[in-house]
Amino acid sequence: MPEFQRFSYDVLVIGAGGAGLRAAIEAAANGVTVGVVCKSLLGKAHTVMAEGGIAAALANVDDRDNWRVHFADTMRGGQYLNNWRMAELHAKEAPECVRELEAWGALFDRTKDGKILQRNFGGHKYPRLAHVGDRTGLEMIRTLQDHGIHAGMEVHMECTVLSLLLDGNRIAGACGYDREKGRFYVWQAKAVVLATGGIGRAFKITSNSWEYTGDGLALAYRAGAELQDMEFVQFHPTGMVWPISVRGILVTEGVRGEGGVLRNKEGRRFMFDDIPELYKEQTADSEDEGWRYTQGDKAARRPPELLTRDHVARCINREVKAGRGSPHGGVFLDISWIKERLPKSEEHIKRKLPSMYHQFKQLADLDITKEPMEVGPTTHYMMGGVRLDGDSQASTIPGLFAAGEVAAGLHGANRLGGNSLSDLLVFGRRAGRYAAAFAKANGQVGVDETGLQTAAEAALAPFERGSSAENPYQVQYDLQEAMQNLVGIVRTESEMEQALEVIGQLRVRAERVGVGGNCEYNNGWHTAIDLGNLLIVSEAVTRAALLRKESRGAQFREDFPGKDAEWGKHNIIVKRGADGEMHVEKRLLPPMPEELKAVIEEMK
Amino acid sequence: MATPATFRIWRGNSAGGGFQDYSAAVEEGMVVLDAVHHIQAQQAPDLAVRWNCKAGKCGSCSAEINGMPKLMCMTRLSDIDLNEPVTIEPMHTFPVIRDLVTDVSWNFKAKKTIKQFKPRPPDAPDGTWRVQQADVERVQEFRKCIECFLCQDVCHVLREHHKQDEFIGPRLLVHAAALEMHPLDAEDRVSDLRRLHNIGYCNITTCCRQVCPESITITENAIIPLKERVVDRYFDPLKRLFRIL
Repeated sequence: MPEFQRFSYDVLVIGAGGAGLRAAIEAAANGVTVGVVCKSLLGKAHTVMAEGGIAAALANVDDRDNWRVHFADTMRGGQYLNNWRMAELHAKEAPECVRELEAWGALFDRTKDGKILQRNFGGHKYPRLAHVGDRTGLEMIRTLQDHGIHAGMEVHMECTVLSLLLDGNRIAGACGYDREKGRFYVWQAKAVVLATGGIGRAFKITSNSWEYTGDGLALAYRAGAELQDMEFVQFHPTGMVWPISVRGILVTEGVRGEGGVLRNKEGRRFMFDDIPELYKEQTADSEDEGWRYTQGDKAARRPPELLTRDHVARCINREVKAGRGSPHGGVFLDISWIKERLPKSEEHIKRKLPSMYHQFKQLADLDITKEPMEVGPTTHYMMGGVRLDGDSQASTIPGLFAAGEVAAGLHGANRLGGNSLSDLLVFGRRAGRYAAAFAKANGQVGVDETGLQTAAEAALAPFERGSSAENPYQVQYDLQEAMQNLVGIVRTESEMEQALEVIGQLRVRAERVGVGGNCEYNNGWHTAIDLGNLLIVSEAVTRAALLRKESRGAQFREDFPGKDAEWGKHNIIVKRGADGEMHVEKRLLPPMPEELKAVIEEMK
Repeated sequence: MATPATFRIWRGNSAGGGFQDYSAAVEEGMVVLDAVHHIQAQQAPDLAVRWNCKAGKCGSCSAEINGMPKLMCMTRLSDIDLNEPVTIEPMHTFPVIRDLVTDVSWNFKAKKTIKQFKPRPPDAPDGTWRVQQADVERVQEFRKCIECFLCQDVCHVLREHHKQDEFIGPRLLVHAAALEMHPLDAEDRVSDLRRLHNIGYCNITTCCRQVCPESITITENAIIPLKERVVDRYFDPLKRLFRIL
């Protein structure tokens, strides 16, 4: 019988990226005991990769900005499928959260009068992103980490959660194991905050690291929570495409915010050729106007490169498919051209985009101050996630909360760049606060010991099958290949039906995977365990995408290329049925209050 | 064009271990971590390696490659002579967990001993501060640190003399410098640097600076100015005289 190490907290936070750390800090500040479980070392979570900045209507650069504009931008970007309450709270509270981060030691780039500087980003009407060069995520996670270690939380690094524990219908904590020795743990808790990030590893080309296997989504789903908007997977338009080994690594939208342009192999700025109706009014009609916008001319409108990510990704995809792409299957992203407009452009680029300069120089032997980059879409972000109450971040399971990428709602059908870092802060804080309140208001929970043993035995099963059984890495590759090809940027019914078939076969193979060696830091074993989660989220994405018979935001259906007004009134909910099967259903959006409708109208 | 190459990887745990050879095909643009992943996926599924971002931003995949401390994700195979076996071993300064993975938890514990950021009172009535860009840029260098701990790996005080209980090492001195030189910080860490963190142990061999993947000028820009603050306060003969008087 496997032994369990036991810990007990008021609030357990699963995940230690921006949302998890912010939630843990807030819960601790509310006077409860807090445990944090994370899959990697502290400070290594994917937040570290965020480059562009934190969207918040501080109005430091353009005083026309305020929460109402930010709210309207977020709703427009999400094609009005967003949880309007979350979009409202996010726009209102983001500035305060940025200032709070500064009070904890984060240093942002400054305006001439010494305030926090803000940069342009896709879909944001005014310069709105607080940033520091192109390493804002690192600044943010390090600030939260360094503040958090003194805030009174116990951190369990390099642990994977196997399942959420329930006491009746209420959450009771989680069980899992550590990488180091493969020891099993029980973290008993009155409230749990999921902050596990996304699902990028379900796809072959992704900007996400090995960690992003949809754990939080699968844990919540298996515990009976509802998931929402799973069809909306964001393909970031600019990932590296060459060399092959770095394919998918992110190239920040900040490159375009600073004046970078997209060209096809004929040298044409193809983004001017296709500007969606919703954005016509706000988009520049000449290259010169676009340039002036990036340099802060308030009278100019944004260049089409700064349209929303879903649209830019599709345009790039179209150029490549039409044979107008770059040599390695992408298009050209050029920031070096600004030398025609700016003196000392080389230094300017290095100062504004230091880590991009470094990344290309070191990994692709390319100097971005002199040559164009080759870029193409990469799986980046999951808009969908655990369905929540907008105010409290509470899921449909009492005591279970979620924040950050694992949560659904704020971004609707497409997320604007920069809205993710602010999401982590605003809703990490809310989730931490409400989880602490829940823990205070509710009594102790019990742990079901037989459930623990079942979870541990299932986790150890791959060792019994041994190294001659199915290879877990191969099953993962095959799943990534299938999702990439069949449920990617362009979707169609027959291909998605085929994907469901493949997922079914892979589920059988996943049951048969085996590993050799022992429990000590065994990457093969970890991969085997993550497979179950990847298969659940892949199926949820596919089923939701099949049901939504229209194209909207990140979902593009070749067989239903237009928007459908009826679908525009519905979210898709995914839930495990009593029969153990996955159920998908459409559900009407909650009605928006008149005053928010008025804000949207006013900003049109 | 794939070229065959041999990778000599250290396998073992805290009880001991040794090198094992694997061959893998090397293609254009590959980094060391790619080769390790290929070997893991095809030949040694239980090979332990720690990694995350694979873009030089998280600092997880530190190892010693042909004897040099490096990030596996940023070391291109085209920069290495593939006619000889490429040796990959875990960082020596930290206890081995398994294969290429070491126990770096000491760094996290030691960091807690450094007094945290304490801002001066806000400059504006709305609770915000005014900072000049030049002041932000001055400490940027230190804040770039990705905590890969390669500098800790090569520090003699830690690697050869095992003074982990008395000395915090270059990474954490950089952290202290980032705080001390932060334009808003009002805390005083000089006494701790001298007595608790023993900054005097560092004899500025610059090994740490040479291995930093973020090119932070650790010794010249962080450690030496901190040493100067300690010297100014405690060893200035005039100030000493005043104290005696």
